[in-house]
Amino acid sequence: MIRIGCGQGFWGDSVEAPVRLVEDGPLDYLVLDYLAEVTMSILQKQKKENPAFGYARDFPQLIERIQHSKVRVIANAGGVNPTACALDIKKRCPQLKVAIVHGDDIMDQLDQHPLLNMDSGEPLSSVRDQVLSANAYIGAFPLAEALASGADVVVTGRCSDAALVLAPMLHAFDWGETDWDLLAAGVVAGHIVECGAQCTGGNCLADWESIPDLANIGYPIVEANADGTCVITKHAGSGGRVSLASVKEQLVYEVGDPRAYFTPDVIADFTSVRLEQQGPDRVHVSKARGLPRPDQLKASISYHWGYKASGTLVYGPPKAREKAYLGAAIVDERCAALGLHFDKQVTEVFGDDWAMLRMAVRARERAPVERWTREMIPLVLNGPPGATGYGEGRPKAHQVVAYWPAPLPREAVVTRIEILP
Amino acid sequence: MKIQLGQIAHARSGDKGNLVNIGVIAYQPEHYATLLREVTAERVKAHFAERIEGSVERYELPNIQALNFVCRQALMGGGTLSLLSDAQGKSFGGGILSLEIEA
Repeated sequence: MIRIGCGQGFWGDSVEAPVRLVEDGPLDYLVLDYLAEVTMSILQKQKKENPAFGYARDFPQLIERIQHSKVRVIANAGGVNPTACALDIKKRCPQLKVAIVHGDDIMDQLDQHPLLNMDSGEPLSSVRDQVLSANAYIGAFPLAEALASGADVVVTGRCSDAALVLAPMLHAFDWGETDWDLLAAGVVAGHIVECGAQCTGGNCLADWESIPDLANIGYPIVEANADGTCVITKHAGSGGRVSLASVKEQLVYEVGDPRAYFTPDVIADFTSVRLEQQGPDRVHVSKARGLPRPDQLKASISYHWGYKASGTLVYGPPKAREKAYLGAAIVDERCAALGLHFDKQVTEVFGDDWAMLRMAVRARERAPVERWTREMIPLVLNGPPGATGYGEGRPKAHQVVAYWPAPLPREAVVTRIEILP
Repeated sequence: MKIQLGQIAHARSGDKGNLVNIGVIAYQPEHYATLLREVTAERVKAHFAERIEGSVERYELPNIQALNFVCRQALMGGGTLSLLSDAQGKSFGGGILSLEIEA
């Protein structure tokens, strides 16, 4: 049996959670998922401004804090610059063996494949000039290869989220590339824990008022067995709750057809999975079924789309909602008079006695968005009475980096493990 | 007898691009049949008529007494393109629980 903790569900998740997982131990592996769909584009922007950036810079800081723990770490913190990430770790902790998994970056292959958008069917050529980053989701086998090389820390760029958890199982149990049911079991376990505390009582709708001590919520631990069964649990004494309800909610989270959950290594059938509560904060997972892996990998491409901005104002009683809607109508009328055109705009009003007005616009060009950011705050003096909540100042225009998912032939991606000396 | 879905089920929602998925899970196994009968794709689409522009598909997970609804064109572009407060569709899970169903 091996014990795998998941200490990060996205870049920006709790800084202390992975440290606590390691300190409360014992763990064999710690995995951390830093990359949401949009994260790669943020990192690409940072790398453009400074070629030494482009990775989750808090990850090397974390490794420094837990460097003497003997827990092996696997993380996709490398973002668009895994080498710089690994070098940062080496600089802080020279005694650690750090492996880099290369091969997810496909920027130099964009003209060799149609890369049809999975949602719209359009070829990438329609946005080719605006592409900022392009990465294939790689599977768990290269990560396991890096573990086999004896690495203390494995740094990857884009890989499937579940691969982070499947990889130590491949390494420890020597599962093969066509052991579909076992691979599916690892993917199911990975899917359950990849969002960190979302399976231990965080963001849990079921009986949420009764979930204890969320302030000290425990992050998930997988106790994985060679036969593919596992237990999802958390440290005794930590907050939150691991229950059938919390695990079921995560099993259906961000899933399409549950009979065919696609990953680079296997297509997992979530409708075969059996869950059983085995005492407090322990859920046993078994019976995962797998189908042969897909022929194509998925690529995640980001491209410059345009600009957007959003702003909020708060109105107090009386008639807060009416004031908010009048304020929005005034902004719209002034923008129309200025001849501003937007691709899309949204007005939302939240609340009742007090109401928050939120407006947002987007456009391909920067100019109309920039001009719009000047039109909302003047309402404080020249609109309906009692507007407040403008402490953050004028809204700011932001670049919109959009996401382009596309299929890519498996052969196009060649992975390589590099061990830093 | 009319009840709100939240009396017999819990839910979680999330996004993939411009698509929202809503997993609806029966608290008690015996209530799964009620979910199957009452919570159809059409009713989910109607419940979020102002938010879901595309189609809604329903998938069944009898092993965990759950239904999964895949709602297309539900986030005004989704991801970074969306202008909505809830650009990731997190509120659909709580939102579906006010659906009125026959117990």
